[in-house]
Amino acid sequence: MAKTRVLKRIPLSLSERTYLPQIVTGLKTTFSNMFKEKVTLQYPEEKPSIPQNYRGIPTLVKDPNGREKCVSCQLCEFVCPPKAIRITPGEVPDGDVSREHVEKAPEEFEINMLRCIYCGFCQEVCPEEAIYLQDEYSSSGYTREEMINKKDKLYELGGTLPDEHYKWDNKKKAELEGNPH
Amino acid sequence: MIAPGKEDSVVINLDGKDVSVPSGTNLVDAAALHGKEIPHYCYHPQLSVAGNCRMCLIEMGTPMRDRGSGKAVLNDDGSPKIGWVPKPVIGCATNVSAGMHVKTESDVVKECREGIMEFLLVNHPLDCPICDQAGECRLQEFATDYGRGYSRFVERKNVKPKRTRLGPRVTLDDERCILCSRCIRFSQEVAKDDVLGFVDRGSFSTLTCFPGKELSNNYSLNTVDICPVGALTSTDFRFKMRVWFLKETRSICTESSAGSNITVSSREGQVYRITPRRNDLVNDSWMTDSGRTLFKTVKAENRLVFPSVSGSRVSLTEAMDTAFKLFKNKRVGVIGSCKSSLEELFLLSQFCKATKAKKFIRGHFGEDDGILLSADRTPNLRGALVSGFANKYPKSDLSILNMALQKGELDTLVVMGENLLDSKVDAASLSGTEVVFLGTHANETSKLASVVLPTLTAFEKSGSFINRSFYVQAFLQAIPGPAGLIPDLQILSNLISSVDPESDLSPDLKKIWIAMSRVRNSPLKGISFSDLKQGTVQIDGSKWKNMPFVEKSALHHNPMMKIK
Amino acid sequence: MLNLELLQVLGLKIFFAFLMVSVVMTFAGYSVLAERKVSAWMQGRVGPNRTVLPFVGHIPFVGSFLKGIGIFQPLADGLKFLFKEEIVPGHVNKVYYYMAPLVALVPALTTMTVLPFGEFFHHSGKSTPLILADLEIGILFILAISSLGVYGIVLAGWSSNSKYPFLGGIRSSAQMISYELAMGLSLLPIFLWVSQPGSSIASLSLVEIANSQNASAWLALVQPLSALIFLVALFAETNRLPFDMPESETDLVGGFHTEYGSFKFGIFFVAEYAHIVIGSAIFTLIFLGGWHFLPWINDPWPSNWVGTLLGTGWFLIKTISLIFFFIWIRWTLPRFRYDQVMNLGWTKLLPLSLANLIFYVILVTWLDLSAATP
Repeated sequence: MAKTRVLKRIPLSLSERTYLPQIVTGLKTTFSNMFKEKVTLQYPEEKPSIPQNYRGIPTLVKDPNGREKCVSCQLCEFVCPPKAIRITPGEVPDGDVSREHVEKAPEEFEINMLRCIYCGFCQEVCPEEAIYLQDEYSSSGYTREEMINKKDKLYELGGTLPDEHYKWDNKKKAELEGNPH
Repeated sequence: MIAPGKEDSVVINLDGKDVSVPSGTNLVDAAALHGKEIPHYCYHPQLSVAGNCRMCLIEMGTPMRDRGSGKAVLNDDGSPKIGWVPKPVIGCATNVSAGMHVKTESDVVKECREGIMEFLLVNHPLDCPICDQAGECRLQEFATDYGRGYSRFVERKNVKPKRTRLGPRVTLDDERCILCSRCIRFSQEVAKDDVLGFVDRGSFSTLTCFPGKELSNNYSLNTVDICPVGALTSTDFRFKMRVWFLKETRSICTESSAGSNITVSSREGQVYRITPRRNDLVNDSWMTDSGRTLFKTVKAENRLVFPSVSGSRVSLTEAMDTAFKLFKNKRVGVIGSCKSSLEELFLLSQFCKATKAKKFIRGHFGEDDGILLSADRTPNLRGALVSGFANKYPKSDLSILNMALQKGELDTLVVMGENLLDSKVDAASLSGTEVVFLGTHANETSKLASVVLPTLTAFEKSGSFINRSFYVQAFLQAIPGPAGLIPDLQILSNLISSVDPESDLSPDLKKIWIAMSRVRNSPLKGISFSDLKQGTVQIDGSKWKNMPFVEKSALHHNPMMKIK
Repeated sequence: MLNLELLQVLGLKIFFAFLMVSVVMTFAGYSVLAERKVSAWMQGRVGPNRTVLPFVGHIPFVGSFLKGIGIFQPLADGLKFLFKEEIVPGHVNKVYYYMAPLVALVPALTTMTVLPFGEFFHHSGKSTPLILADLEIGILFILAISSLGVYGIVLAGWSSNSKYPFLGGIRSSAQMISYELAMGLSLLPIFLWVSQPGSSIASLSLVEIANSQNASAWLALVQPLSALIFLVALFAETNRLPFDMPESETDLVGGFHTEYGSFKFGIFFVAEYAHIVIGSAIFTLIFLGGWHFLPWINDPWPSNWVGTLLGTGWFLIKTISLIFFFIWIRWTLPRFRYDQVMNLGWTKLLPLSLANLIFYVILVTWLDLSAATP
């Protein structure tokens, strides 16, 4: 048990009881503050630097080959706590050369930014590293519909991120050099 | 598939505990009875044992006997000495015997499973994000439960065709196949349509159809259900929805009087697929392909979604009032349907009683395939008999009604979804007769009708059907009906109370069942609706044993033995 | 038939009155800007720096500088008050509700009629004070009129028919009465002092008081305690922090003007700052030598129109410094609690000002006697 230490109260002197010296000290402090550097950030012109691990607006990214990475596995839709994500899965046609070996891709991908709570679960759960909460944080619109980010918007916001895996390229390589059956 | 032993049950030692199991069962089933899971891929309780996946390897031993004297060899403490099989054996192909000792959790067994999993996963693609099986995949489950947890495989995986068409409804992903042969055995043994087989050797082994054949029988989609991985996929359901979003509802197939038990999978009011539900009394684990497409009628174009009077949309109350005027103090004929539920047919009988109406009903008949598509293509013909709506076996048309109409005996007809014009009723004889149509979909009769009251499909309401073997089975509501519509039972109960304000017939299923079981000599005595939710209930059908039922002998149905 | 000369004087007076009102109102408006700017600087912020007029903002350097110091902000604020939707709650007493802001503003503007701000030098060497009405009893007039301002607040609080404004009104009247006493008592020694025998001045005129400090000690130096008490009472009378009882956002939402919006609120707002401006001017006149240069130093400016301008400018500088002091105090000291305000007023300031008065009565009597018996 911590012991309570009783502090001795020293009676105030006459000058202290008028409070005037204290007021003067306070005035000195505020006056000197006037000449210090200002901390204000002039927001629309100056923007704060966003840390690497910032969770901004969720976006869809493409790999450096320009392929969409999302395969519409709907895990983000499943994990999303406020149910902001809605995916309509679709099949990639067999003859699509640019997306060889990719069988599935989202036909429509919607993230309702009025529902999104920026928790980042979708980014964490994504097995294809296709969804990222990037540094964009300002989102506005005049209608509710505008606040639902559609697939085009999500790819526009997301852009292209570097890739470590090149999953589909490796699969193609395996087919050509490895064990085609 | 395995011959039963002489005694009814034997005692075996399962992981050091003596348990009693039915004789003749194999170790996978025996262990499952006592809560021990022996993982398996190729074994299916309703198919023959192939024993090729090796996942169910366990350690097994039997009491030793002295070769000379035939006496049991005992340990020092007097217990029988166990002769352990030096290598693990597969559980699915090993039947229990008295005194057998089994280890399902020993280190050797665990190591075996890890090894098998590793081999299976060597060439299995990392498709889980796009695989339709994900979420109900045995490979996923056993890899997490019994696998090593990491991969030592650094070489390239095999690349195989991903979209092989096996039949009109089944697509094969060769990479995912683990060669368990369940689909082959199913085709041979249950569907009796031997079209599938493996070709080539080693990693080139591939499932394929025999030359010139394809997997097109009416049971082909069952291969998709029993495929433990995502190799066989339903072309219709492929990439539509992940299974973990689907809400599963117990229901009954309405295709024929076989009454297959089904699971309706829906998400947010939309049905995505229908799969069979295991019921060893009725349909084992199977159902027809044609029955799986029935959910598409829910969103069909000719679905009736609003009440109408003479073709123009009105409110439900208005339509009901108009209908009431049409059969108040009139000569009414009621054309029931074998597609209605038992409860609806009961309420309809009460309606006939209240309006003193004449009752008509027809059957719909087709070919019997001897498995799960019976000749009677309605789910509830026996329900019409049991509920008292029909006294005779229905004919395949309504020529009796036609005669009555021609004699001018009827002013108003209440039609439950049937199309009169393809039932040998002339359009001419219908003139001068008002028709009140209750049904889910528009047809020629609904176009003639003065009042159309839309009803709900079997997916949108609850009730029960009586199948060909007099099994009463409940189906439950899977999805909400179209906005503004009320269940058939509610409509019928409203109509009854408008005719007979004294009536206390409730649209509530429990109360209807109480009323039904009170009917004198009813075979439904002592049964409540909650009993049906627990499982299938067989009722006494001996009252109708002389009726000319059309069903042939089929899976779990013997017309000769239908009476309990 | 009207006297032409009288008409001329009347016209001039009206013109001057109009000029004076606009100057004081401008000062009030820019005090609001000063308040915002100074508070921002003291808190490490930059304050309003976005408002800009068309064209003016495009002038190189000057435009961006003016924008940066927020020079157009009061204009925008005023326009905002004008164009906001006029909302009158259903439960108010309409007549008094509308009257209250006017009652608050009018006394604040009336007091400036007796407020001298400089002197005009004739060629003859005679000087005339720059004042709208040179009343002999100027300070009494100011005390009388300025305390009428409380009626605006009480009226607003009462007519709003709502509990927070009501409490604000009650507090305001209590505070005004409490500090009015100390304020009046703190001024008495001043007049005793400046009216002493030997001095030719014997009046309550603010001009005379200001002139009495020409080339002699400022009265703040002669009577520091009076100056302090007057200053504290001035803070209380103008409802400035730390004495913002009637308003007290923290416990009374908005105090007396909770139910007011748009231009009516704007009038209250301007009235408050007009009080500050005039209060600062009065303090400058009585205690800081008015338009006269530094204590004991003769005015360094010539006795012509240049001197008039410089003197008036000097007066304005002093007033503005005092307004800054008002703001400075506000952003330095925490608020008093209501009971502390009452406590300070009745048990500290009132006895102190009484003691101060008695001390100076004795001192002045002693000085008089010793002057009478040389």
